[in-house]
Amino acid sequence: MSGTTIETGKTGKMKRRPLVRELLRGRENAPGGGLLAIGGLGAPAWDITAAGDVPENLPLWGGMGGAAMMGLGLALAQPSRRVLVVTGDGEMLMGIGALATIAVQKPANLSVVVLDNEHYGETGMQETHTRHGVDLAGMARAAGIADSRLITDAKDVPALREAIHAGQGPLFAQVKIDESSEPLVLPPREAALLQARMREAILGPEAHLQ
Amino acid sequence: MAQHSEELEMAPDAAEAWPDRIYDLLKEHNIRQVALVPDAGHSRLIRRCEADNEMRVVTLTTEEEGVAQLFGTWLGGQKGVLLMQSSGVGNCINMLSVAVAHRTPLPMIVTMRGEFGEFNPFQVPMGQATPAVLEAMGTLVRRADRPEDVAPTVEATLRLAFNTFRPTATLIGQRVLGAKTFGK
Repeated sequence: MSGTTIETGKTGKMKRRPLVRELLRGRENAPGGGLLAIGGLGAPAWDITAAGDVPENLPLWGGMGGAAMMGLGLALAQPSRRVLVVTGDGEMLMGIGALATIAVQKPANLSVVVLDNEHYGETGMQETHTRHGVDLAGMARAAGIADSRLITDAKDVPALREAIHAGQGPLFAQVKIDESSEPLVLPPREAALLQARMREAILGPEAHLQ
Repeated sequence: MAQHSEELEMAPDAAEAWPDRIYDLLKEHNIRQVALVPDAGHSRLIRRCEADNEMRVVTLTTEEEGVAQLFGTWLGGQKGVLLMQSSGVGNCINMLSVAVAHRTPLPMIVTMRGEFGEFNPFQVPMGQATPAVLEAMGTLVRRADRPEDVAPTVEATLRLAFNTFRPTATLIGQRVLGAKTFGK
């Protein structure tokens, strides 16, 4: 694919599925071994699953507000691997203090991308605070995450993808996306399996003998 | 007149050995990430962990961040522990579902307030509710109410977590922390 065109919705903003697929494209070739992805509760978990239901994905069925901190724990435990947290604006707002904790820890291999549709998509499209001007990228920058980006245009996505795969973070990106919902692409719901398969992908069979 | 903060908080006597025994156990079990919201009762242990280059101390803005973090820690093949005060247990409730559903080892070491000679009324409700709340969320809870019980109880908590894949907690009773440091 030359250049990056990402399909837009009725609002003129990027659609979530092609955006996430583009961010994860080539993930198996990321330095240090394949990129590890955590998908926050709700549509972001379905989005990373739609891009490929692989063991290096941890789609969340719960733990709202915890996705970014899970990424921190994983990034600190596996400093040579790239870790990408893809989550929603409502999920990020619930655990907003994590931006301060991550900024202080400075994990170079961690990126947090918020798919900001300005709504709680799973519960009836109620508006979130970002609908009313709350600037997540500004909050991340003020917390001390120097590479904090607000992305509204597909032309800025290739550079975002490169930075995520390069792992010179921590990186935070708030990407404004179209609010339309996509067909459900559900990952396994057995969370013990989700944990075990990612551990095995990272650690090999030893994962189950630790 | 305002009291000095050290009179309002409860920290173990400098001569007490149990904080160092907890540190030794964390080393024995190869604990690499220590997530915490500070408590005076844990201050000595926190200093030991901070001085250890093999331990990553992560100070949290709220305790539930630590529950989430330690799930990621285990995903990546490291072991961690969460240190907090009893009031912080209340901040963890829903996030504990992450460890229950994924079957994640999650050892917690909780210093108790609100139960033995407490000075601050706000510490009592959550202090009294701490064991019930943890158990309601599937955590195996053990208490240590004498200094000599702390290390064996913490060891049991670490073993239960990492051998049986679940949240576990040691509650260190307020009496152990030294009620004598009261201002009144």
